[in-house]
Amino acid sequence: MTDSKYFTTTKKGEIFELKAELNSDKKEKKKEAVKKVIASMTVGKDVSALFPDVVNCMQTDNLELKKLVYLYLMNYAKSQPDMAIMAVNTFVKDCEDPNPLIRALAVRTMGCIRVDKITEYLCEPLRKCLKDEDPYVRKTAAVCVAKLHDINAQLVEDQGFLDTLKDLISDSNPMVVANAVAALSEIAESHPNSNLLDLNPQSINKLLTALNECTEWGQIFILDCLANYTPRDDRESQSICERVTPRLSHANSAVVLSAVKVLMKFMEMLPKDLDYYGTLLKKLAPPLVTLLSAEPELQYVALRNINLIVQKRPEILKHEMKVFFVKYNDPIYVKLEKLDIMIRLASQANIAQVLAELKEYATEVDVDFVRKAVRAIGRCAIKVEQSAERCVSTLLDLIQTKVNYVVQEAIVVIKDIFRKYPNKYESVIATLCENLDSLDEPEARAAMIWIVGEYAERIDNADELLESFLEGFHDESTQVQLQLLTAIVKLFLKKPTETQELVQQVLSLATQDSDNPDLRDRGYIYWRLLSTDPVAAKEVVLAEKPLISEETDLIEPTLLEELICHIGTLASVYHKPPSAFVEGSRGVQHKRIPIRSGSGESSESQDTGGAPGATEAPAAIIPSQGDLLGDLLNLDLTPPTSTAGAPPGPPMPMGGMDLLGGGLDSLMGDESEPYSPQMPRGADTPQSLRFSHSSPSSPDYSPTELAPGPALQLGGDIGGSPSMGSGFGAPAAVMPSSLNAPVGGGLGDLFDLGGGVGMPMGTFVPPKTLWLPAMKGKGLEIMGTFARRAGVIQMEMTLTNKAMSVMTDFAIQFNRNSFGLAPAGPLQVPTPLSPNQTIDVSLPLNNGGPVMKMEPLNNLQVAVKNNIDVFYFSCQYPISMLFVEDGKMDRQVFLATWKDIPNENEAQFQINDCHLNSDAASNKLQGSNVFTIAKRTVEGQDMLYQSMKLTNGICVLTELRVQTGSPTYTVSLKCRAAEVSQCVFQCYEAALKN
Amino acid sequence: MSASAVFILDLKGKVLICRNYMGNTDMNQIDHFMPLLMKKEEDGEITPIITHGNTHFLWIKHSNLYLVATTRKNANAALVYSFLYKITQVFKEYFKELEEESIRDNFVTVYELMDEVMDFGFPQTTDSKILQEYITQQGHKLEVGAPRPPATVTNAVSWRSEGIKYRKNEVFMDVIESVNLL
Repeated sequence: MTDSKYFTTTKKGEIFELKAELNSDKKEKKKEAVKKVIASMTVGKDVSALFPDVVNCMQTDNLELKKLVYLYLMNYAKSQPDMAIMAVNTFVKDCEDPNPLIRALAVRTMGCIRVDKITEYLCEPLRKCLKDEDPYVRKTAAVCVAKLHDINAQLVEDQGFLDTLKDLISDSNPMVVANAVAALSEIAESHPNSNLLDLNPQSINKLLTALNECTEWGQIFILDCLANYTPRDDRESQSICERVTPRLSHANSAVVLSAVKVLMKFMEMLPKDLDYYGTLLKKLAPPLVTLLSAEPELQYVALRNINLIVQKRPEILKHEMKVFFVKYNDPIYVKLEKLDIMIRLASQANIAQVLAELKEYATEVDVDFVRKAVRAIGRCAIKVEQSAERCVSTLLDLIQTKVNYVVQEAIVVIKDIFRKYPNKYESVIATLCENLDSLDEPEARAAMIWIVGEYAERIDNADELLESFLEGFHDESTQVQLQLLTAIVKLFLKKPTETQELVQQVLSLATQDSDNPDLRDRGYIYWRLLSTDPVAAKEVVLAEKPLISEETDLIEPTLLEELICHIGTLASVYHKPPSAFVEGSRGVQHKRIPIRSGSGESSESQDTGGAPGATEAPAAIIPSQGDLLGDLLNLDLTPPTSTAGAPPGPPMPMGGMDLLGGGLDSLMGDESEPYSPQMPRGADTPQSLRFSHSSPSSPDYSPTELAPGPALQLGGDIGGSPSMGSGFGAPAAVMPSSLNAPVGGGLGDLFDLGGGVGMPMGTFVPPKTLWLPAMKGKGLEIMGTFARRAGVIQMEMTLTNKAMSVMTDFAIQFNRNSFGLAPAGPLQVPTPLSPNQTIDVSLPLNNGGPVMKMEPLNNLQVAVKNNIDVFYFSCQYPISMLFVEDGKMDRQVFLATWKDIPNENEAQFQINDCHLNSDAASNKLQGSNVFTIAKRTVEGQDMLYQSMKLTNGICVLTELRVQTGSPTYTVSLKCRAAEVSQCVFQCYEAALKN
Repeated sequence: MSASAVFILDLKGKVLICRNYMGNTDMNQIDHFMPLLMKKEEDGEITPIITHGNTHFLWIKHSNLYLVATTRKNANAALVYSFLYKITQVFKEYFKELEEESIRDNFVTVYELMDEVMDFGFPQTTDSKILQEYITQQGHKLEVGAPRPPATVTNAVSWRSEGIKYRKNEVFMDVIESVNLL
């Protein structure tokens, strides 16, 4: 006899009958009746009318019956809140039952009844159950706190249940600990700022102990909670990793994925040179591989996560290509995900295997899968250059199969291969052209047309081919129409004589007979270009195109990091942050991988082999004192004949310089805020005047030689913008084009002084500091700073003669330094420098000098000679002086480079007390040649992606995070030469705070 | 954290039995499941997760049944699928076969099990051996030998009843090898 008979009664007076049965004296009949009620409920009939009668059956000694009544209550209590009160008494009584099963059942059910009035009565029994002697009851009560919190958060807080729940983390029973952790995590999730899960090394230790002893589900709760913890240091991080690692061999895939999440996150904190780090990396591969033998849905989740892991740490699975080979009976969603990962893992080492597989897939029956396989071959060609030829020949083989969709897909990817390797594989065009007629999909048609247009000069009958498409022009999709228009214009520019008619035809089709504004506009542009200036048209239409980059589908680094923190969850499956699909999660903090503290310093110890340029010299061998002196004493007083590296600034007529020097020099003076509009201050003026007058009078130097230094200095001093100097005297042509500062002239900038928003501002020039005190310099005092003006690094010094005698014959030399800084000309001091006289001089520098790594990196040892003696001092230049004007990276290049640079090279810093918004910050930084490439705003947090290039070609990539309203910025820095990170960070701080 | 509700549907998408674990979920959302699944199947873009508005359906298919878990949060998807497979295992060990018929025939037990294996979206005890010790198919009188939760439920080793002794200590292992050939 089965329960299904309860579903069968469908008479009219059913409810009444049931009512009678429920009130029957016979226990057996009662039970049967309740079962019938539940059966009706299950099939969706409304049996809420029986509420009082069913509740009357609650007081029973039959466990099965009790459970059924409870079930009924859970379903209908909400619709009958007043009557639900009737049940409270039994609940309270059951919570004190000698049988723990009943106590737990009562507390569990009570929590599921979302009626306010009942909730109040729940508190006392719950309090008792949380302290119950039986762990089964305690674990159930722990979850009940989360339920209650969901109904009435205030009540839970007022009743102190949260503290009791926290105490349960120390419970002796692992299941209770696990449920308490789960409940706390659940509550914390809806109250992100509650600081509920205040994890510390002690509580973590308790969790890790419970981890080994609880059920698979409990392990997941604990692991997911652990993943939110940020270890204090790398030792703690390592010890947690060590204790979590055994979970990787659990049979439950979800446990494995949660363990992987913890490890992926904490691994970030470990020093990379640690043996354990390597061991851990090796340990991660086998469990990930094992996940692929789970049920298909779990495989799918695993594969989506592996896709993230492969992007974050390609080294883990680089040798595991084979496990991602597709099985014939895999569901399509698994097949497609595997293909994706195969492409990500493809490298020169395994490409042969991969291609053989892909070729096999391309002959399968599932059209979508076949298409993706063909596409994958193309992506391999673009990714692994060495394999391009093999890929192309594989694609040609596939085209020979003449399977329509295979051919079309192959043509689409061959177009991409042409875009990556232009002029390399045109021999295949003939084969492609043979299949022209079979192309019926717009994408394939457009691709083919593009190829014909691009290589029109090598296809004899290109005009015929394109003309054949033209016949049905209006039936084509927009994509094809646009492509056809461009291709015919290209053809015309390449073979003008035979194709004039064709081009006129397509232009008139596009401009006169089309309703599509895009098409019309493009048509008009071509028409005008061709009729106005065919040469210009050629330059525009046949311009050299940038190559496409291999990985266009990479996940942005920040998002990737966040997703790694969500391994195993829906976010990791969707590859979207939870805020994108969970209601009410706005404002929830985005999870981040903790960055190893002090990684700035630690990277210093890394091998410098990978760092180009900066550290070519053997690492930081400080030459013995003798060498140093020898170098410095060997002063070369003749001006260098050739100045390698940055050319000196534009020569300027003396007059202009004089004028400026007279008054405006002091406008900015030594102020650290060069942009505040100040009036000339009288006190400073005489000094500057003296200098201006004295320079022309010096007979030793020709004006042109003299010009670069002071003239530029003056220009810079006025506006702080490199363009200013040229605005006054120099021809506009020397303006660095990347600085789109106004050309108008010096005064133009004055209007811009206040806000500065929207305009790039000039380089930040640190205030002059005392380099050589008079005591050490036998009366010569040198104050100095560095500036970058119009692309030239300037060393700006104020020399004061505090001795009693006149000083003459100044010269300067640098010791070898990290970036090969060297004077680009002799030190131009208008001598003699009489006692008590002060002059400002500016020395242009270049990067042609000998290179040696210094400690700190930006240290510069200088020797200055005069008629009295040689003086040595060292100073530090802000590394921003070395940021060149063309340091702006292409977005794609940025993304690829970011991924390419190993994570060990990433450093993170905080800048406090900065009150700019992200646009102002971006502008300020741009003045220092830090270029913002992209900006993303997520949840009120602006993320600026910036790049800069040093004079020696080192690129630094940064991500600047600005939380609206928060004065703390976070800078994440990636550079192949990790040593520069600290210096770059200092520049950020200096530039942003001034 | 994970599932808000679990549904068992027949092939047509009719709900055979369901359990609302979170209590605050709209149980009618499930009506969207089958049409969406059909559409995805037609488009050839079938995936184990289907989204409708803010509701995510995580589903598996077993014989002529769909087991669907719904959630509105960023649930642990791996956990949900593991759980769905685990309860099919439990049902199979209780009813031998898990199909439409066996759900109807045992709906009281199914309700009892659903109550026991998950609480507020957190999977609890899912080991059928242990569950069978206190969730049985026959009704029990409370006074005489009403089942109590076995200590094993909350033990460190939750999958092995207490007091099992063997004369010979031996372990048997199944080595399952699968070959993928074309």
